[in-house]
Parts: sequence; C-alpha cells; structure tokens
Amino acid sequence: MIRSTHLPLLVTLATFVLAYALCASQYPAMLSLRVVANLLTDNAFLGIVAVGMTFVILSGGIDLSVGSVIAFTGVFLAVILRDTSIHPLAAFALVLVITATFGAAMGAIIHYLEMPAFIVTLAGMFLARGAAYVLSTDSVPITHEFYNTLQQIYWKTASGGRFRLIGGVMILTFIVGALVAHRTRFGQNVYALGGGGTTARLMGVPLASTTIGIYAISGGLAGLSGIVFSLYTSAGYSLATVGVELDAIAAVVIGGTLLTGGYGFVAGTFFGILIMGLIQTYIVFDGSLSSWWTKIVIGGLLFAFILLQKGLTWASTARRKAATGFVTPS
Amino acid sequence: MMGRALLRRIAPQLVILAIVLALNLMVFPDFLKVELQHGRLFGNLIDVLNRGAPTALLCLGMTLVIATRGIDLSVGAVMAIAGATAASLVVDGHHFLTAVAGALAVGAICGIWNGILVAVLRIQPIVATLVLMVAGRGIAQLITGGTILTFLDPGLIHLGAGTIFGVPTPIVIWLALGTFVAIFVRRTALGMLIEAIGINEASSRLAGINSKVLLVCVYIVSGLGAAIAGIIVAADIQGADANNAGLWLELDAILAVVIGGNSLLGGRFSIVASLLGAMIIQSVNSLILLSGLPPEFNLIIKALLILAILVIQSPKVSHLLYILRASAPQSARKPLPPLKEGQR
Repeated sequence: MIRSTHLPLLVTLATFVLAYALCASQYPAMLSLRVVANLLTDNAFLGIVAVGMTFVILSGGIDLSVGSVIAFTGVFLAVILRDTSIHPLAAFALVLVITATFGAAMGAIIHYLEMPAFIVTLAGMFLARGAAYVLSTDSVPITHEFYNTLQQIYWKTASGGRFRLIGGVMILTFIVGALVAHRTRFGQNVYALGGGGTTARLMGVPLASTTIGIYAISGGLAGLSGIVFSLYTSAGYSLATVGVELDAIAAVVIGGTLLTGGYGFVAGTFFGILIMGLIQTYIVFDGSLSSWWTKIVIGGLLFAFILLQKGLTWASTARRKAATGFVTPS
Repeated sequence: MMGRALLRRIAPQLVILAIVLALNLMVFPDFLKVELQHGRLFGNLIDVLNRGAPTALLCLGMTLVIATRGIDLSVGAVMAIAGATAASLVVDGHHFLTAVAGALAVGAICGIWNGILVAVLRIQPIVATLVLMVAGRGIAQLITGGTILTFLDPGLIHLGAGTIFGVPTPIVIWLALGTFVAIFVRRTALGMLIEAIGINEASSRLAGINSKVLLVCVYIVSGLGAAIAGIIVAADIQGADANNAGLWLELDAILAVVIGGNSLLGGRFSIVASLLGAMIIQSVNSLILLSGLPPEFNLIIKALLILAILVIQSPKVSHLLYILRASAPQSARKPLPPLKEGQR
C-alpha cells in the first residue's frame, strides 16, 4: 500500500513524467540527450541551493538569504581572483568557509534569540547582498585559466550532448544530500525538528547544534552554488540571482516536501528542479510564448502542490478523528 | 489619557526618527528648509515624506496582517499588477477614475485570494502569499505585454507627481489614509478583535469573533494599500514597469512594521508607530544619499538595523532583562511593569 507521506513524491514524479511526455509528443527533439544535458547544466546552481533549502524546510524553517549569498560568492571570487594571485581552489575553500559560517551565524541567532527564521534570514539576505554591492557594483569577469580548464571538463555523448562538470556537481550534491537526510543521525534530527521543536527536545535531539548545522549546510551549499554559478557565467555580478531563493523554495515544495516541515525527500526536490527546468525548455522550444509564463506556471504548480499537501493533512486528521474520536490541534 | 498612552508607545520611534533627522541635518544643514516654488512645496523633508509614500501605504495593511500573526509577501507583486492595470486601462482610452477603480478592484481581488488561502484553506501566510509573489510579476507582464507601458493621462499622473494645495499628492494620500485607518481601528473594536486573532486564533473564535471574515478583510486592506502604492509609483514615472515596480518593497514594509515595534508573532500593533518606521527607513535612505556614502551601504545598514531590533525584541533577551531587574537589590527595585502581550 502507498503511504500517504509518499504520495506528494509520487505526484511529483508523475507530474514530471507526464509533462515530459507531453513536451516530447509535441517536440520529439526534446527527448534528445542534448536537451537532457542542458537541463542539468542550466539548473545546476539552482539544484545545489535547493538541496540546502530542502534541509531547511524539512526542519520547519526557511532561508531567504541564499540568492544573495550566491551573488556574494560570485562577486567575492571574481574580485579575489582579479586582485590577488590566489589559486581558485583556495578561493573556493575560503568562500565555502565564509558562507557556511554565515549560515551558522544565522542558525545561532534563530536558535538562541528564538526569532522566526524568516526575519533573521531576511536580514542575512540584505547583509549578503549589501556585502556584494560593497565589493563591486559592476559585473567582474573571471579570466583565470583554471576556470577554462574546469569549463572544458565534459562528457560528450554520441548525439552531441555535453554533460558538463557543474551538472555532475549538482547530481553529486543530491546524492550526498539524500544520504545525509535519510541515512545519518543528523538527518533524523532534522526530521524530528521539523515534526515539532518541543517533541524533538524531549526526544533528546540537540536542538542548538542541529539548527546551526542546518543553516550552515544551507549557507555552504549556497556558496557551492555560487561557485558553480560563476563557472556557468564566468563572471561575478552583485545583481545576479535575485529571487533565486523563491525558485528554490518553489522547487522544494513542488518536490513534495511539506512546508510545515517533517515530511519530504531530497530526491523529490531533484524532480522539482527538473519540472521547473522543463517548463523553461518548453517555452524556449515553443518560441512564441513569453518567458513570463514560466513565473505564472510555477506559481500555479506551487499552488496545486500546496493544496495537495493541505488535502493530505486533512485526510490524515479526519482518519485520526474517526479512529480515536479526538483531533489533536495542529 | 489615550494620547499619553500613544505617546509612550511611539516614544522609541520618535527618538530614532529625531536622531536620524538630526544626523541628516548635520551632513546637510539645509535639510529642514522647505520653500514654496511654483505653488509646490520643495525641500528634503518633503522629499522624505513623498518618497516614503509607497512604503507607508504598504505598511498600513502589513501592520494589520502581522498583527494577526500573518505576513503578506505579495504586496510588491500586487503593486506591479495594479500599476499595470491602471496604465493599460488609461492607454485603452478609459477615464483615469475608471483606471483607478480598476486597479483598486484588482488589489482587492489579490487580497481576497490571499485571504481565502490563509483563512479558509488554512495555509501558512508566508507560503500562501508566496504563490502570488512568484506568479504576480508574470501576471503584471501579461497585462503590459512585456513592455513598460507609458501613458500621458494628466489625471493619473497627478496622483503620483501632482500637488494638492502645494503638497505633493502622495503625501496627502498616505497621511489621509493613515489617519483614517489608525482612527478607524482604534475608535471601533476592530483593532482589538484583530489583536485577539493574532494572540490566539482558536480562543478568539471561541469568544465569538468571526476570524475568517476578519482575516480576509485584513488581507484585502493590504491588497488595497498595495494597489494605491502601485498607482502612485506608476503615475510617478508615467509608466507601468512590471519588473521593477515595488521590487523589494514588501521587505521595506515588513521592516517598517518591525521598526515600529510590532511583534512579528502577532498581537498588539500600532499603525502610527509603523508609519513612523516607514519614515525612519526613508530618512536613513536620505541620510545615505546626502552624506555621500556609497548607496551600496544602504542594504548593510538596513540589515544591521533589523539585527539590532531582533536582539531587542527577542523573548530570551527580555526574559534576561526581567530576571536581572527582578534579582536587583530590594531597595533599588521598582514595581515591574506588566509583560506586554506580544512578548510572552
């Protein structure tokens, strides 16, 4: 029997397969490996940041700062590679430490000051975007030859599709993310926290280290996403990736994760990303539709999945009521 | 009596505003000078009031929404939709009053949509309003056809760039609406009912408050405020820009409400304090511009401002202060003020 908690994930999968089948029936060329490869390359940075967002949302929180952190990472890398002779790998390590620390600091504020995650990460969003502006308001090109080397790494298929390094980084992130979420103690703690803070504390979940860890992961993955984004665009620009946090949240929700926390799968987010990428690809293939339809369709999907989640919650409370005669207030 | 209670409530905001204005005066000695030219008031102070109008209008509704323990992320997108509606109606040859009515109707519909998601379908407000925030700009672009829709209708432009008795129209609009809403919620039981929902919705419902209808109404007010702000912004630049109209203004509005000392956890609210918060934000913007500091610092300063307020508002910190005061030596101890509702 299908467990109702798995239903959102199954619906996501079905949506993706159905959408892909519809697209392919209209444009058979969309089945080519070239399109699939581009789907992975173009959404690599969004996918990586969505893994971090999945953890945050699983724990019942939200992280609005990731888009700004991506922009900050890009500008930071561009400026540091322009002004110093530091090797890009060292710069990557440095920026990952900075962004993970930044996330951990937000987690600490959320936990110790007992403030809503929403407003704390809002401040983080301003801070990261402001720091990017202060570093440079212009788009700074990255011309280091190591970047060229990294960009030249790809696996070419017979049909001419190129699976690039950054697409691989995204898939690797998803695999590691799924293992951490479903196979480690930390992952179980995240689910417990999302199920309810008080319950989790009574169960002996270390709330402080879990909360700080979650936001550190989200910040660090936003940093990794920034690195990938700078490889993708070969530049750092402080006005880039505005609103990516909303896309990431949308991908997580479309991927079947409950926004109240506690239920969801990292793999679902992967298909959420693919669905969003598919919509964009379809609009490109169509050619006559305007790009703003992307926003409307994503908004519609978001709404549909929220309704689905609501329906499931209702169904399960109704069943509990039938069984016990009581409804626990949710 | 009421005046004194109000003064005590808004005292911190008044002090901050005074400090920021004094800093403005220090970097720009002519800051307070207001003069009449060609029948219009000119001066930096007027600019602050004028440029702060959209934020002030948004924070009217946002204060009420936050008082019910909600949040409305969609106001920026609603501004874009309303501006686009007004512009397209005017361009199609309708009277500007029809255009304004149309934009207001669209704002109200957006509010009803949000309100139904929150009150009837019981979706968390952040998520419910996120839908419109994501889709809203797409809808606005659909209305404008993807271009910046420009118009030359003098009646509509007057709303954004004109004057009434020498005072720029946006100032008149937000002051009038602000006064109306502030008096309306306090002279009737409405304000108290809204606070009741924010403190504990279940018990407010048991006490006989029709919380569903009230919640929807609160989101409608927010949508209407956003629509008016959208009309003003569009009229000011004589065009509807679906991409940039009201971009990030929802965050400014939330910030204004937080600076106004309203708890994000719902409950007690003060419209006047929120409006002062909006003016504080605009004064800070003006201070950054006048002092010649790169405008890049604007966001960092706002972030630090939020952090400072978070620390002050934090339940942990107020609890610590409470313990410190309670454990002070007997002679120095003063009677403790009752804990505020929102801080429990």
